[in-house]
Amino acid sequence: MLDNIQKQLLKEVADLYSMPKGAYNIRANGEKAARNTTENIDIVTKTDNPGIDVYIKDGTQNESVHIPVVISESGIKEVVYNDFYIGENCNVTIVAGCGINNCGSQDSQHDGVHRFFVGKNSKIRYVEKHYGEGTGTGKRILNPVTEVYQKENSYVDMDMVQIKGVDDTYRTTKAELAAGATMIVHERLMTHGQQKATSVYSVELNGDGSSTDVISRSVAKDDSEQIFEVAIVGNTICNGHAECDAIIMDNAHIVAIPRLDAKNVDAALIHEAAIGKIAGDQLIKLMSLGLTEAEAEEQIIGGFLR
Amino acid sequence: MLELKDITYQVEENNETKTIIDHLDLSIGDGKFIVITGPNGGGKSTLAKLIMGVRPVSSGSMIFDGEDITKLNITDRAKLGISFAFQQPVHFKGIKVLDLLRLATGTNISVNKACDYLSKVGLCAKEYIDREVNSSLSGGELKRIEIATVLARGTKFSIFDEPEAGIDIWSFQNLIQVFENIRKTVQGTVLIISHQERILNIADEIIVIEDGKVSKHGSKEDILPELLGTASAVNISCSKISN
Ligand SMILES: Nc1ncnc2c1ncn2[C@@H]1O[C@H](COP(=O)(O)OP(=O)(O)OP(=O)(O)O)[C@@H](O)[C@H]1O
Ligand SMILES: [Mg+2]
Repeated sequence: MLDNIQKQLLKEVADLYSMPKGAYNIRANGEKAARNTTENIDIVTKTDNPGIDVYIKDGTQNESVHIPVVISESGIKEVVYNDFYIGENCNVTIVAGCGINNCGSQDSQHDGVHRFFVGKNSKIRYVEKHYGEGTGTGKRILNPVTEVYQKENSYVDMDMVQIKGVDDTYRTTKAELAAGATMIVHERLMTHGQQKATSVYSVELNGDGSSTDVISRSVAKDDSEQIFEVAIVGNTICNGHAECDAIIMDNAHIVAIPRLDAKNVDAALIHEAAIGKIAGDQLIKLMSLGLTEAEAEEQIIGGFLR
Repeated sequence: MLELKDITYQVEENNETKTIIDHLDLSIGDGKFIVITGPNGGGKSTLAKLIMGVRPVSSGSMIFDGEDITKLNITDRAKLGISFAFQQPVHFKGIKVLDLLRLATGTNISVNKACDYLSKVGLCAKEYIDREVNSSLSGGELKRIEIATVLARGTKFSIFDEPEAGIDIWSFQNLIQVFENIRKTVQGTVLIISHQERILNIADEIIVIEDGKVSKHGSKEDILPELLGTASAVNISCSKISN
């Protein structure tokens, strides 16, 4: 069963106060802690690698799968492979996330490799939250790899958040879209102290009328470093838009690297990137409402990352 | 009571000192409804920013209700009861209208209460309360929200910089009523920067600022006829150009 630290982590990464409804698989300190399957959603432990296969039947509507991971022991290092096989005409929410509490001196690391095979006309909402805490000197490291393969007219909406406590992260997201498919990504990231975060996206628009919108909002404080790299490849008539909007503070370092690759005259690809400090007039306005400069800053960042 | 004593504000531009507010003296009594007017570039917005503490004075002093506020920062002046609706409202990504009104009141006011403030500035509250205060709002909408934040604070000294700019004529009459209401309910001082005759018309006192100085200050009855006659604000700026 889960201890209190693990329960706390679960709350942070999956907003879970008790066992979730529907299908779930909870992994704690490298082992399966709890699992539930439903008539439409099956979860099977992999035999070749650590991890699970999730099978979602055709036509599954308004169901959810929670697959949180919590690590509360120092020195755990794991690579976990989770595959999602989503049928046709589904409408499903998948909640993943990893919380690490490292009070020890050894690094704790979780590298989740998630693959999504999304069937025709299916709609998926994917929510992923990363969170770290603990007073130890050991680092909290997360290197998620996400691969998305979308069939015709499927729709994937990804919401990825990492606001606190992860020392080192290298995120790779790769997607291939068939005709009429849409992928929307919202990434929110905050780094502080000596943290480093790299996020690399590569989206291939292969089918007619496919489209993507990758939006990143980030705040880098103290001596932290962020690298945001997004590549959109337009192989056909398609729409691609990427946006990186970052607030830089203190001695932080932010790099934004766009790469648009059009192989068809009807590929419409746009990239927007903006890096800057908090606007002075925003601080002034909130201070004129009676907030201190620090309080104003907190509100501005909180809103920006919402 | 706000007293400005020998206030000067200068900026350095191309190695030259430019005087924007020039040895200005002004005394503003409690509970007054005051309209500041004058030619474009005369220094009205700058004066408002000096009062709020957005800019530091180069010399001179400011006394608010007997306290020297010359060295106080924006936050401290706000806490003493000074509010300022900007000429150009500020955008915020991710901050909603409701959040901004809550920050303005300093408490977790109910949605209903927040809607009241929006209704006062003529916004159909339900449509706006959850909108972000960003560039997706129209200029007039942003302006009304800006005014609502100052109404929500309800402080004893409120400055509005050209509140009527961008507000359609249908809502204009309501806006005037809003200002009259603040004056009654808060019993505070309302200082409006405006070029509009209809706003000048409801003032107790009118102040004309020109070339960084007070060129006229008196009751509406004394000043308004002068402005509308030969020495109108429009003519002042024209004569400036022809000089
Ligand atoms: N930081 C600055 N640097 C240089 N010039 C400035 C600065 N701030 C204000 N000014 C100048 O000071 C003058 C007064 O500006 P201010 O905005 O106070 O005018 P105003 O009376 O409010 O005009 P309007 O009626 O057009 O709003 C203008 O000529 C303006 O360009
Ligand atoms: Mg002005």
